[in-house]
Amino acid sequence: MASETSPKDLILDPVFKNNPIALQILGICSALAVTTKLSTSVTMSIAVVAVCACSGAAIAAIRDRIPSSIRIIVQMTIIASLVILVDQVLKAFAYSLSKELSVFVGLIITNCIVMGRAEGFAMKNSTYDSFLDGIGNGLGYALILMVVGFFRELFGSGTLFGITVLPKQEVVDGVSQGWYEPNGLMLLSPSAFFIIGIFIWILRTWDPSQVEEA
Amino acid sequence: MAEMFELFLRSAFVDNLALAYFLGMCTFLAVSKNVKTAIGLGIAVIVVQTITVPVNNLIYNLFLKEGSAVLPQYDLSFLGLICFIGVIAAMVQILEMTLDKFFPALYSALGIFLPLITVNCAILGGTLFMQQRDYSFTESCVFGLGSGFGWAAAIVALAGIREKLKYSDIPHGLRGLGITFIIVGLMALGFQAFLGI
Repeated sequence: MASETSPKDLILDPVFKNNPIALQILGICSALAVTTKLSTSVTMSIAVVAVCACSGAAIAAIRDRIPSSIRIIVQMTIIASLVILVDQVLKAFAYSLSKELSVFVGLIITNCIVMGRAEGFAMKNSTYDSFLDGIGNGLGYALILMVVGFFRELFGSGTLFGITVLPKQEVVDGVSQGWYEPNGLMLLSPSAFFIIGIFIWILRTWDPSQVEEA
Repeated sequence: MAEMFELFLRSAFVDNLALAYFLGMCTFLAVSKNVKTAIGLGIAVIVVQTITVPVNNLIYNLFLKEGSAVLPQYDLSFLGLICFIGVIAAMVQILEMTLDKFFPALYSALGIFLPLITVNCAILGGTLFMQQRDYSFTESCVFGLGSGFGWAAAIVALAGIREKLKYSDIPHGLRGLGITFIIVGLMALGFQAFLGI
């Protein structure tokens, strides 16, 4: 990436043109498992944006002093420390959410987006640029997470953020209420794959240059 | 013994790390273009998983847990993540050197995949599930082997399907990554059928 890119491009490029999930196949693991509800997707997105931006900045700041033979371990240590921080904050202020996310907060360490940006961008660019690049890639990840979380919660349980949007069809005191029959498939893991698959399809129809020759 | 066998089956099929928990997805999608490399990576994952889960289990139970055997007065469980990832990185490095020295044929077959395993979420995920479910040492050995095996089986199956996919007529925008996602979704649906066991 050229060093002349403006801050706006640094943030917006990874969101649409070079999306880490849809194009680079990075960081998919956690993207799928936490998206049954919108609230967990949002929490996870914020956590990843924070870790990605801070680790990028921290690694870029000391990039000239890291010997290249041990750079992976140094990056891992920085990322792991930040993730522990996020984990502790979540446990302190949003305990039930952190229970729902279970091991996936810890798995941000091995989230390839964080690692990939540290290795591919932060090692070569200035602290400020790396910070923005981290935010951009985090947001690209967040966008997909929100879309998947939105559809899965809306069609799976008929709610958004736990508030009923599509009233469930059920019989209360002999009177039938609501009209929406929740789609149980949306709560199961495979639906996330279908949604991301279709999302990639739409993105690539809109911008055909992303299609790979398979 | 029967319990251990059940745990093996459950970790390999019902709780399949790749298809039920989406762990190790990045490598799962990137390295499944042909069966041969998929088998190589699968074996590497089984080996690393079988070693790291029990080792991390020992570290967690002996040092980090509240009321642990060696340091009972401290609760160091917040250091868990950083220790686990260190152990995994070290194990991969040691394994790489051992293989290079004693089994050069296997080493060259695995090639680039060994170092990649350090950042494979399936490995760290296996360790974290072990910690969360409070497995004993024997259980963690079985769980490591079973989950590694399940992951390997899934990636080899996906690679087999993708090899055949070259001959099918897929809508243009869906080619490559898009269709792979949908296939994995269908495979995950299939694996849900194991829930009844």
